[in-house]
Order: sequence, then structure tokens, then C-alpha cells
Amino acid sequence: MVKQWEILESKNRFYCDGRCLTGRDIGVFIFALILITITSGLFFGFDCPYLTYRLSPAVPVFAAILFLSVICFIFRTACSDPGILPRATPDEVLYLERSNITSSPQSVALPGRTIEVQMHTGHVIQLKFCSTCKIFRPPRVSHCSLCDACIANFDHHCPWVGNCVGLRNYRYFYSFLMSLSFLCIYILAFNIINIVLRAQDKPSFADAIRDTPATIVEALICFFSIWSVLGLWGYHTYLICRSVTTNEDIKDTWNTSRRGAHMKNPFSRGNPCLNCFAALCGPLPPSFLNLRAIVTPDNNNINMSPTRMMNTINIDETRQYQLDDNNYQRHSSPVPPHSDRQQNRYPSYDYV
Amino acid sequence: MEDTTRLTNDHSIKLFIQRDYSEGTAVKFQERFPAELEGRIDRQEFIEILRDINRFFADAEALSCTTFMENCCTCLTGYLLLLCMPTHYEKCVKRAAKYIDEKNESVLNPHGIFMVDPMEKGLRCIEVCITNAHR
Repeated sequence: MVKQWEILESKNRFYCDGRCLTGRDIGVFIFALILITITSGLFFGFDCPYLTYRLSPAVPVFAAILFLSVICFIFRTACSDPGILPRATPDEVLYLERSNITSSPQSVALPGRTIEVQMHTGHVIQLKFCSTCKIFRPPRVSHCSLCDACIANFDHHCPWVGNCVGLRNYRYFYSFLMSLSFLCIYILAFNIINIVLRAQDKPSFADAIRDTPATIVEALICFFSIWSVLGLWGYHTYLICRSVTTNEDIKDTWNTSRRGAHMKNPFSRGNPCLNCFAALCGPLPPSFLNLRAIVTPDNNNINMSPTRMMNTINIDETRQYQLDDNNYQRHSSPVPPHSDRQQNRYPSYDYV
Repeated sequence: MEDTTRLTNDHSIKLFIQRDYSEGTAVKFQERFPAELEGRIDRQEFIEILRDINRFFADAEALSCTTFMENCCTCLTGYLLLLCMPTHYEKCVKRAAKYIDEKNESVLNPHGIFMVDPMEKGLRCIEVCITNAHR
């Protein structure tokens, strides 16, 4: 029994029978995890006992909450489907070739054609054809070469989480940055407090440091990470308020001064609060890939169960009968592939 | 193997109703009547089906207090709430799929038309299959 995730053409890795996926290279992600765990572990092991006794037990409790949120968000970002768009079936490609939805004539091959979309704000957006996925890329969709897939609302491919950041995991990525910033600041602050308090009890500063050598290690790690993490968090807060993705910001897509006229971002909802609300608490579609569905011969074609079509013949069903070496009358006791897929469509443990 | 997925053969034609991106990236399908369906089904009836599908997805994509509360609660429980209950979006998608099933059985199949749930295509298009052999 082959499942969809086993035959998916993108370069992702799959775990737990298609329930989780990550990008191809997870080395940097493992490194980030180890760094966060070691730093927090050193904090809990060396600083917390003294701080609990000296200040309050709330110190390790809050640190534990922050650490658990960081782990939760990084795994959620790393292991969820960022919004991978399924590739077009051969039928779709044929239909696109013959249709007149693009402005180019049919003699032009698909990769050379574009679709023009007139937005409600007056922009005209060009939708280009993706030769790998064989689709006209919707607005804000970009093809990630590392994952080899078109991602909806593509932000960037983050090596630290080993996955693309897109429509479905952007809010987890943002929450990860936020909680990691707080964790870094928290650990750094209490490292300093720890050293200062110990220095008050001990004759010299050096003695205090000798008591807790791990504190200096943690402080250094936090100090060097804090600039990038806090900087990234601030940058993404700015992007969220403007409703711009990293990809669009780098390419300067909504540059107002370039064309002279005042070009408003058509995806912005007007005010920063609403943009934040939409990005972080807005509705989230389920995964577009049905990763755990079982592959049947006509998974890529239309699944018409005979009872539905009332005695019409589908060339694919004929092929199935031929393969089965049964006679034609078999369709009276149908195997309904479509309804099977319907059951698999909404599995109860679709974590991705 | 790929040869069997021919667009037109003696039995069926497949056409794909594309997404309408003029209002943004929210899920909305183009409410236009494909020329291939001329004569098979009433124009207004088909467009009404598309409009109803768009209404389900507009409801799914709406920013409301329900989605806000849902997202806050799922975040606070460490996303364990998602194991217990489907999200509002998933419920709307299921409703749209059920609606398409009903319309297939009642209105479209008698005319030799079969509409596929757009979720099967990753919400990129609605696949409509027309059979000739029926006539």
C-alpha cells in the first residue's frame, strides 16, 4: 500500500507515516535545537538552584515555560507543511495549453505565457508559469529550489528550522522568534543577576565566576545570538504590519516611489493592527497535499465511481477491468475510489 | 502510463475552473460559465453552484472572533487542541465538499457532468468532467 507522501515529487523528508514533513537539509535545524537545549539545560542546572534559593522559585518556572514554548514553536514550524501546492496533472497541463486564459496565442509554449490579473486596487499582476510544478503560480506563490515545490505565500527558506516558511507556518515561525528572543533576554538577564548576587556573597568577582563557569558560557551564547534573533523578530514584526513577505521585501515588489504613482500593497488590509491580526490569528487552510491517502491508479485522474455516473464508461475504469482480467459487468459491484479518498481526505490525525 | 489521461477521448472532456485572484489570495473561483457546458446545463444554475462554493470558502477565510478565539486557544494548549477538534476552515471545506456531492447527485450527474472537490487539487481549480457517452 503506497501512500501519497511516498511518491511526492518535492525534496521534503517525511516522518510518522506522512504526518510530519521537513525540508531536505535538517543539519542546521538539529544544531539550533542542540544549542537551545544545551544553553537552557546549563541555565536550569547551574543558575536556577542558586536563583531559586536566593530570589524565588518563579525564576525556573518562567524559564521552563519559555523553553517549552520555544521547543513547541520550532517543531511546529519545522514539521508542518508550509503550504506546498500540488503539481498539475497531465490533464490540467493539456487544458492550459489549449485554453485562452493567457494573453498569448496557443502557438507559444506554456513556459512563455503569463496570466494577467487585474487586482481591485488597480495593480496588474503577472502570473508566471512554473516549469517544474506545471502551474501558473498564483500571487505570492514562489518556487523554492531547496524544497523543489511551489509554496503559498512564500516568505523564505529558513535553514534554522530546516523548512520553508510560508502560508501555513509563518505564524509559528514568528512565535518561535518571539519566544526565543524572550528566552535569550531572560537567560542573559538572570545570568548577570546570578553573577552579581554571587559577587556580593563572595570576596571577589572572579570567585563568583569560578563558582558558576557555565553562566559565562550561557551569557556568551545568548549575547551573540540575541542580536540576530531580536533583529529578525523586529524585522518580521515590521513585515507583518505592512503585510509584506520577505520575498516581496527583497524584490521590492510594492515600492511606491518606483512608478511615481502611489501603489498600495493589494494584500494589505489597510491598518497595521488588522494586518497583524490576519497574519497571526487569521484562518489557516488545511494542508493542500493529501499525504496519507493511498495511491490508486486513478489518483491523478478524476475518480468517478460507476454508481455516480450511472452507467457511463470511463477509460480508466476500463483499464482497471482489463488489469483485473474480469469481464465488463464488474462495474455493478463497484469499488468507489472516490469515496475512499473522501474518507482519507480528513483523517483525524493530520498533524501536518 | 500518462497516455491514458488524455483530455478528450470518446468518453469524456475535462475542464478546469480557475481561481479568481482579483480580490487577493483568498479562495474564490471564477464565476464564469465554460463554453463546453453550453446546452448541457442552465447557465444560471451552474454559476449559482459556483457562487455557493465561493460562499463556503469566503466563510472559511473570514476574519472573525471565532477564528481569533480558536487560534488563541490552540496556541495556549500547545496545539494539542488540534488533535481533538477540526478547525473552522476544515469544517467549511467539509461543508463545501458535501455540497458538491449533493449537487453532483441531484443536478450535475443527470446531465453527464461531474464536479471534483477543489480540495483534491489543492484549492487551485475545480475540475469538471463531462461525458459524451451518456448522450
